Amino acid sequence: MKRFTEDALSDWMRQPGPEHDVVISSRVRLARNLRTFPFPSLATKAHAQEVMQLVSTAADTSSLKEEQNFTSVPMSQLSILEKKLLVEKHLISPHLAEGNSEAAALINASESISIMVNEEDHLRIQCIAPGFQLNETWQAANRIDNQLQEQLDYAFNERLGYLTSCPTNVGTGIRVSVMVHLPGIVLTNQLQNILKSFAQWGVVMRGMYGEGSEALGNIYQMSNQITLGQSEEALVDLLTRATQQLILVEREARNGILNDRRLPLLDKIFRSFGTLLYAQMIDKVEAAQRLSDVRLGVDLGLLEQVPHVILDELLVVTQPGYLQQMEGRLMDDFEINLRRAQLIRERLWKHLR
Amino acid sequence: MICQNCSKNQSNYHFTKIINGNKTEYHLCEACAREKGDIVQGPGNSFSIHNLLSGMLNIEFGANVSKVRAAETRCGTCGLSFNQFKKQGRFGCADCYEAFGTQLDPVIRRVQQNNTLHAGKSPYPRTTENDAKPSLASQLAALEEELQAEIRNERYERAAVLRDRINNLRQQLAGDGQGFSGSSSANVTSKQWPHFHAEEGE
Repeated sequence: MKRFTEDALSDWMRQPGPEHDVVISSRVRLARNLRTFPFPSLATKAHAQEVMQLVSTAADTSSLKEEQNFTSVPMSQLSILEKKLLVEKHLISPHLAEGNSEAAALINASESISIMVNEEDHLRIQCIAPGFQLNETWQAANRIDNQLQEQLDYAFNERLGYLTSCPTNVGTGIRVSVMVHLPGIVLTNQLQNILKSFAQWGVVMRGMYGEGSEALGNIYQMSNQITLGQSEEALVDLLTRATQQLILVEREARNGILNDRRLPLLDKIFRSFGTLLYAQMIDKVEAAQRLSDVRLGVDLGLLEQVPHVILDELLVVTQPGYLQQMEGRLMDDFEINLRRAQLIRERLWKHLR
Repeated sequence: MICQNCSKNQSNYHFTKIINGNKTEYHLCEACAREKGDIVQGPGNSFSIHNLLSGMLNIEFGANVSKVRAAETRCGTCGLSFNQFKKQGRFGCADCYEAFGTQLDPVIRRVQQNNTLHAGKSPYPRTTENDAKPSLASQLAALEEELQAEIRNERYERAAVLRDRINNLRQQLAGDGQGFSGSSSANVTSKQWPHFHAEEGE
């Protein structure tokens, strides 16, 4: 269990995925419930414990066990900081971290699969992959779902599909999402128009940590809005097409800026690089913005000495949960900002010498 | 930036609310944000979608639907009332969907962009008498395809499970023709749900 809270970088992030200049990661999650238990918001402690037992037994006895060595991570055994770190690594949701203690996550060794138990729904099956791999990610999630469904009595009805705690998830229970880095679109002021036109297609964008979170460092999460009335494949296809569009627009915007405003862009990128190399204190917002500039520089081939994987690692390393977990204690903003600047300097200089 | 609400303090909380593409931004100081109840402790959380959703449900039902009727509808299994559902935006159990019946239709339509019918995967074949046979057969075909894929990938343990399911289905197909009876022997049948009721809210 310790390994999930020791390393900032999940194994699945070590290899750069397809189109990684724009798409950081692809994710699919399926919401499922058991027919004969109240949903987690109404469940008693005994119900919740029984659900956890049934799900881990199912994961243990099905053919899943052969392929995925799941580790059960009970929320009751984690400190606040450890939970925070798992949220920052996208292994659990903020809801699971904050919610009742009779909850758990089953996580595989590469950290690409997390089955959350007693989140808003009894099960949230989540698969994640680097870069643009929505179809592969859906196939992986579907396989796990098929294997679990041989063991578990899912709440399902012919008309409304998989029944979920919230009506926004009913039907397929699927949320297909990509995490994208959009500095070009933001710099050329195209984000609002894109948001509007995607919304008409049922595609929504929000900040990096999903529901209600702010967008830091030009990183957005894009996902399907509805879950009912379309098949899983149709929704995967919808997000695939939207992502392809977004990649085209983002690359075009970057090339446009590189042609029209080359020197100001270089100045911005290298200033940020310099700041990260030398700053002694840096807050979360500035770190996110500077890292976005450096990421853009790396993806444009202007900062070849910085390996891409460092940037993904720094996304987690600069988060308050990770910083405090490494220190093993709660820290105030002053200390966090010192520590953040120090870790960024260490990571970057390592590759310059 | 100065807080939009009290116009006095520095705003530390910046919210962006997007509903169907309409974006609204809020800049509030901590005191005002707390007062509005919009801060949920935790990483990156601000407006809860459930607050928004329950707000929408109340606007919709407050004016049009007879409150008395709505208030009396209660799920027989978990005891959640329709009003409680509206308030929290969450169901209490799977049976709530049946219990609230047609009152739910506008809610589902609203959050699912007018869709009312599931079009995705299913954990078991359709059970109505008319299409029991074709869907059993198509289920069989899908399973066989899956089996071949597992064998190709040398995942034999899973292949063995699939083979058993295929044999079961074949027997049913050859058997009484009544269709799939629901749960297979592989299912973990959980204990009878102990009687319980939702806590009555304010």
